[in-house]
Amino acid sequence: MKLPIYLDHQATTPMDPRVLEAMLPYFTEVFGNAASRSHAFGWKAEEAVERARGEVAALLGASDKEIVFTSGSTEAINLAIKGVAEMYASKGKHLVTSLAEHKAVLDTHKHLEKLGYEVTYLKPDRSARISPAEVAAVLRPDTILASFMWANNEVGTLNPIRELGALCKARGVLFFSDATQAAGKVPIDVEKDGVDLLCLSGHKMYGPKGVGALYVRRKNPRVRLTAQIDGGGHERGMRSGTLNVPGIVGLGKACDLARLELDAESRRLRELCEHMQQRIEKELGYVQLNGHPSERLPGNLNLSFHFVEGESLLMGISDVAVSSGSACTSASLEPSHVLRAMDVGEDLAHSSIRFGIGRFTSRAEVDYAVDSLVKAVKRLREMSPLFELAQEGVDIKTIQWQSGH
Amino acid sequence: MAYSDKVLDHYNHPRNVGALDKSREDVGTGVVGAPECGDVMKLQIQVDGDRIVDAKFKTFGCGSAIASSSLATEWLKGKTLDEAGSIKNTEIVQELSLPPVKIHCSVLAEDAIKAAIADFRKKQEEQRSATTRSA
Repeated sequence: MKLPIYLDHQATTPMDPRVLEAMLPYFTEVFGNAASRSHAFGWKAEEAVERARGEVAALLGASDKEIVFTSGSTEAINLAIKGVAEMYASKGKHLVTSLAEHKAVLDTHKHLEKLGYEVTYLKPDRSARISPAEVAAVLRPDTILASFMWANNEVGTLNPIRELGALCKARGVLFFSDATQAAGKVPIDVEKDGVDLLCLSGHKMYGPKGVGALYVRRKNPRVRLTAQIDGGGHERGMRSGTLNVPGIVGLGKACDLARLELDAESRRLRELCEHMQQRIEKELGYVQLNGHPSERLPGNLNLSFHFVEGESLLMGISDVAVSSGSACTSASLEPSHVLRAMDVGEDLAHSSIRFGIGRFTSRAEVDYAVDSLVKAVKRLREMSPLFELAQEGVDIKTIQWQSGH
Repeated sequence: MAYSDKVLDHYNHPRNVGALDKSREDVGTGVVGAPECGDVMKLQIQVDGDRIVDAKFKTFGCGSAIASSSLATEWLKGKTLDEAGSIKNTEIVQELSLPPVKIHCSVLAEDAIKAAIADFRKKQEEQRSATTRSA
């Protein structure tokens, strides 16, 4: 087994060698500009881009013309939200989203607030899910867009997308879903799911970094966007800039593989995750699952280990790469906004670890990670004053702590 | 974030982890921090006359918090109460090469030392007044 072990597949994924192989010719031999209409170099590049467009569309149940290539999810999110806000401003200036969204979605909304738009940020439930009934209660005649992620990047919770889609359609509100974590991991059908806009990113699905796509519905209703990057009018005017042909080819291949292998892969990842969770819960007490017990992303496991702080736990399992919701691991010194929105409790937010199992993770690697984790948690609990209090039967919540740090 | 070798050493081989009997008259206990802030330090000293003869800690917190409290117990042993009370967080920062975002860990350690000394002195005070009363 090769160390360190990578269990952070919600952060990024290694590229599948089959994706790399598909991309390679497009760096050197087939290097044409896809917008060059006057020669074979351009035609070949364009042909590859259009094939990739079809592969992305097939993963989503969309049509080719509904796919706009971008530099990744963050750009696609900016284009979707700002593009709709600008285009539909005369209809209304109210948007709805959730506090558990990725910063790319939250910060884009904050930007719009500064421009005079009004945003309702809904609080998710304890499992990070958004309730369609609560969304229904805040939609207004001037609401132009509702944005809810397909799967949460920290706790893996899946939103009830189909219900949200149906609700938005009935109320005449456009529905955007950030499917960065979900695309290629869970089945997506933009028609049945009633999504009007959706983004995905290459590097979260074993494709390259620096490329992503935005799905923009063309029928029932036809969604219009104001471009956020102006220039040569590429991508039907929605996203100017010379196309990243090798990246797009890689994204297409990644989508194609994900579509073909989705069932088998998600089954395998769920099994590995269950195995990991069962072993951890059996060998350690005081463990809490964050997120939804069943409606979750295959491969994601977010756990809080009572009485142990996340960063010190990461240090204790230094040959296993995972991430933590602890403040100490973030630049802002704030614990995860997602766990806080879920009311997980600040102490348990500090104690959370996200495990992300992926396509190339073996059972032996999972077992190694569990062994090393169990050892570290036990050692840290031995030196934790909170564990000592719990052993003495003291409820930590009843203590008046002096804070200020 | 990269940790200094000294932080890693204290994290991997913490000195003086454990507990002293907090009901003893010669033991002072300081507990500072809060779970929702991500760090709680418990630091204890055992005092003979005016001198600290033993020190123990338990810490819930990041690696730097563990290292700061471990280092503090090392420094406390053999010091008089006044010497111990004059330990500054900046000395801990320097010794462990803590980055700016981890300075609060050293502040917490200094607070824990002061709290343990105060607890011991309070006990001594109470004992003295109890003795005076019974005399």
